[in-house]
Amino acid sequence: MTDQVLKTLGDDVAATLGGDVLDTVISNGELAITVRRDSIVKVLTVLRDDQRFLFKQLVDVCGVDWPEREERLEVVYNLLSLKFNRRIRVKLTTRDGVTVPSATAVFTSANWFERETWDLFGVLFDDHPDLRRILTDYGFEGHPLRKDFPLSGYIEIRYDDELKRVVYEPVKFAQDFRNFDFLSPWEGMTKVMLPGDEKARAAKTGSNA
Amino acid sequence: MVAQQEIAEDKDNTYTINLGPQHPAAHGVLRLVVEMSGEVVRRCDPHIGLLHRGTEKLIEHKTYLQAMPYMDRLDYVSPMAQEHAFVLAVEKLLGIAPPIRGQYIRVMFAEVSRLLNHLLAITTGALDIGATTPALWAFEEREKMMAFYERACGARLHANYYRVGGVALDISDELLEDIDRYVTGYHKFVDELHGLLTDNRIFKQRTVDIGIVSPEQALDWGCSGPMLRGSGYAWDLRKSQPYDVYSELDFDIPIGTSGDCYARYLIRMEEMGQSVRLIRQCIAKLRTMKGLPVRLQDRKVTPPNRGEMKSSMEALIHHFKLYTEGFHVPAGETYAAVESPKGEFALYLVADGTNRPYRCHIRAPGFAHLSAIDTMARGHMLADAVAIIGSLDVVFGEIDR
Repeated sequence: MTDQVLKTLGDDVAATLGGDVLDTVISNGELAITVRRDSIVKVLTVLRDDQRFLFKQLVDVCGVDWPEREERLEVVYNLLSLKFNRRIRVKLTTRDGVTVPSATAVFTSANWFERETWDLFGVLFDDHPDLRRILTDYGFEGHPLRKDFPLSGYIEIRYDDELKRVVYEPVKFAQDFRNFDFLSPWEGMTKVMLPGDEKARAAKTGSNA
Repeated sequence: MVAQQEIAEDKDNTYTINLGPQHPAAHGVLRLVVEMSGEVVRRCDPHIGLLHRGTEKLIEHKTYLQAMPYMDRLDYVSPMAQEHAFVLAVEKLLGIAPPIRGQYIRVMFAEVSRLLNHLLAITTGALDIGATTPALWAFEEREKMMAFYERACGARLHANYYRVGGVALDISDELLEDIDRYVTGYHKFVDELHGLLTDNRIFKQRTVDIGIVSPEQALDWGCSGPMLRGSGYAWDLRKSQPYDVYSELDFDIPIGTSGDCYARYLIRMEEMGQSVRLIRQCIAKLRTMKGLPVRLQDRKVTPPNRGEMKSSMEALIHHFKLYTEGFHVPAGETYAAVESPKGEFALYLVADGTNRPYRCHIRAPGFAHLSAIDTMARGHMLADAVAIIGSLDVVFGEIDR
């Protein structure tokens, strides 16, 4: 699909939804819109029912964690229109303790996807019929896909032969968990200013002016 | 067979049974809490996550190359289809495309995976409702095809064969001829399977009009693959949003009308025939392009071959850098979907410009399908719920991730 088609689609969506759409981005041949958190149900309903869009399938909902941002949690909805053979991505942001309206009334498939997003990221959904954890263990605490959750977790389980049952224990390592990043120090040094670098930059801007 | 039976007294005279997680008909580790009155299912609540391994979290801590083997371990019945989604996602972000021979090899093995998957899906589904023979026969055929996997990449199941920019190794001419010989006779096996099941009175009694999914429901529940086609939608990502060389190949999409378990069974049977067609076309093409590269010759993404490393310092450096640091993927995000045998398998990949994915969400088709089981099984007998699970083709590697 060409970017022109996507741009037209993005403009149509933005025009129809007015102030609810905060941003429209086309990248890698995909259209993504950012919407206001409170209007997600309205946005999804319009995208589903408007004859120009007909995104009848909600194929995926997931979260992304950006700890350095003010609203650290992002919820991403991927929609598919079988009629027009198009995809659109709808995004919104939230933070701890701020709820997101549930999309279950618009798409039934949102039910489990939202449970998963709650389980792994701790995004709370309003009016969700059954917001239980889904992938993690019974009685699990924390939201494991957040960036500040350690890869090893906090609890490990094993079968205890003496007690004849599974026991839960804090994770113990014989050595610290090591996370090598292997990033090259040379290619990573993009913002380093060595003494004298400012002259090169000044000369460049000078010649441009 | 039902492990425990918890009787919860209720004024409606319903009781709750616990099917699985260690039950042969649960297809892995599904725990189904079923509320029943008599033999009739009133409500069923699937408990999943017993096979949750934190794949998405692990991938965030690995380079792109190291993340590849996790793809095999999702839906371990059709491993290469998932690798396909991963390499397509990364290639999209990098803005590269593999050479043509690599694309044909990828498509060919994606279709071999489809045969592998459908054989297991159909016959274990039939096993759950009492037909033992198909499973025994199909596993023999699966073994033959896994030998092709092994000859291409060295592993029968967890292939780790696809690479960003192509595939890991070229395949030999003998392997190509053997695959050709095998798929040429494959229709005989499909016919035998038809003979066992398609007109089998018991099989039809157990599947026709069981677990009907209406077209509207199929959309609402996010169904894809045979689940969606069984309800009458002519939708296949290989046709509608073709990737690699699918647009150059000729194949048909079988569509069901009734949306029941039997329709889904027939679709899978017919898809096997179409896969054979695709494989034979790929083989014909691959014969004409012997010796062409199977991997992109871009040293910033794909490693040089052994021989080159012995003589070229630069090749050695590239090899070292690629296997320690890995390649960097420019910041951006993409949603890359493939038509895996089970439906739309997709990755939502967010890259931050480093050598590791920032976020890699796995969209598993079975996850959406299983969420629909409550509505599908209501009002059916318990034994029909088992038939429905079989026809959903659930594999817990991908659902629990």
